Amino acid sequence: MAMYEEDVAVYDSRRPNEPPYAHSRPTTEPRWIKWTLIGIAVVFMAVIIVLPLLVVFIEAFRKGIDVYLKSFADRNAVAAIRLTLTVAVIAVPLNLVFGVAAAWAVAKYEFWGKAFLVTLIDLPFSVSPVVSGMVYVLLFGAQGWFGPWLDDHNIKIIFAVPGIVLATIFVTFPFIARELIPLMQDQGTQDEEAALSLGATGWQTFWRVTLPNIKWGLLYGVLLCNARAMGEFGAVSVLSGKILGKTETMPLYIESLYNGNKFAAAFAVASLLAMLALLTLIIKTILEFRYGDELAGTRRH
Amino acid sequence: MTKSTPRPSSRLAPALAAGPEKTIIHPARAGWSFVKPNVIPGFGLTLGYTVVYLSLIVLIPLAALFIKSATLSPEQIVKIATAPRTLQALRVSFGSSLLAAVVNVVFGLIVAWVLVRYRFAGKRLLDAIVDLPFALPTAVAGIALSAIYAQNAWIGWLVSADGPLHLGWKIAYTPAGIVIALVFIGLPFVVRTVQPVLEEFEQELEEAAATLGANRWQTITRVILPRLTPAILTGFALAFARAVGEYGSVIFIASNLPNQSEIAPLLIIIKLEEFDIPGAAVIATIMLLLAFVLLLVINLIQVWARRRYGDV
Repeated sequence: MAMYEEDVAVYDSRRPNEPPYAHSRPTTEPRWIKWTLIGIAVVFMAVIIVLPLLVVFIEAFRKGIDVYLKSFADRNAVAAIRLTLTVAVIAVPLNLVFGVAAAWAVAKYEFWGKAFLVTLIDLPFSVSPVVSGMVYVLLFGAQGWFGPWLDDHNIKIIFAVPGIVLATIFVTFPFIARELIPLMQDQGTQDEEAALSLGATGWQTFWRVTLPNIKWGLLYGVLLCNARAMGEFGAVSVLSGKILGKTETMPLYIESLYNGNKFAAAFAVASLLAMLALLTLIIKTILEFRYGDELAGTRRH
Repeated sequence: MTKSTPRPSSRLAPALAAGPEKTIIHPARAGWSFVKPNVIPGFGLTLGYTVVYLSLIVLIPLAALFIKSATLSPEQIVKIATAPRTLQALRVSFGSSLLAAVVNVVFGLIVAWVLVRYRFAGKRLLDAIVDLPFALPTAVAGIALSAIYAQNAWIGWLVSADGPLHLGWKIAYTPAGIVIALVFIGLPFVVRTVQPVLEEFEQELEEAAATLGANRWQTITRVILPRLTPAILTGFALAFARAVGEYGSVIFIASNLPNQSEIAPLLIIIKLEEFDIPGAAVIATIMLLLAFVLLLVINLIQVWARRRYGDV
């Protein structure tokens, strides 16, 4: 770090009369440029990134704490919070199992078409949320492939909870896998080979050797997956049908309130999600700080 | 393996032994095999599960979209794709995403530079909040941004005609509002792709440039920036790709007028609500194809960078 410190006195025989602090190291910028750049970065981040977060809380409490708390007494608010939690409780574990399986297959073996498989796993990140939601309308909607069959058997997927869950699984699909794949690739296969040669079964190896090795990476992936699952808006909005109190998750409920000009209530519910985002960031930062070596995915989004 | 070996007492044993001789080739010596031999168990289970789950959740639904578009006649596709409303929506989405990605490259580069090269109070905090747009739900960002840039409060008021600056600017419900929302969601992509490359940049190269007589500006533009170019391009493409598909944070701050400021994802939703499935499918396919092209471009940049610099 000392490398970047600019105020190291340099004696320059060509300009001996100048005081030493007028010079700077050739591998850093003059002080005024440094502070200008820091200033630009801080102001930009404050206005573009931090201000929206602050505004959520300020607007939520603008009419006082009573109005804020009353927003959550609403039956529909409770239903929205419950649905959001339900969806996350289903979607995150499913993607967790998938993430571990995919990372095991990709990291522990060399097989044909591996790079292509990894690209496919990342695919949902490149797809617009709205498109992610709409593909399920094509499959399960009234005019979709399975629409008539579902209708005959009285199964509702579109404009019902299963559709919301499916859309959430789609958009959060790669989170855990892409966190674990580079981590398990870095760790190699020696630990597992040692366990197996000492007589452990495959499952014992996984539970006692692999899982302890990847636990922090796994937690990191679950954290990001959960934040997205609870906050997803576009994909869910296509599939939910927005039936108040029934198929509205928190983000959709926020939209309803906002469009109904109930700003204080909208920001109150939004403040819950903003707190979730903050909590996610804090735990993420702690994980990166304490277990940085055990998180291959650090800073690789 | 041992189970299939006939017991010595079996009467069939001589007959089997007399059968055509089979040479067993160890997989490791065989020419081509799907998977390299490995003592770790579970390949079939994990790969099988991965492929089935991937197909059910991602591949089959995406294939359904392409098949739906393919069942339309070419005239129908062209008619939907070249309708003025569609073209305008694509123009708004692409134009504002491009502009936002450019803004993100400029500021993202400054933020990454400051985070890697300088020491100052609050640096760790600044580093942590870069990821806020990843964590903050888009609908929350959307209502917050529209509250900030609407004319009656915050920055919207500051730059409006009534504000202290008497600028008479409008940001929310104009194209500028869309760009601001897209800048918000795209920033971390640029910072987080440039930052690791800058961290691993060999400082000796800068020292070498300096000893060869380059001034600081020449070192930055001719030594450091070329090394960062692949990361900058990747960050640009990621931010652009994310921005084109973005819905939640934009719809609250945009005026969403048909033929004017409607973004492509919103048009898809409107067409779905009107039960115009073919219309929605064509626009979605165009966006999906663009996403694939961008993914390919990103991969090509990485291949190029790896060949040139050994890593990304």
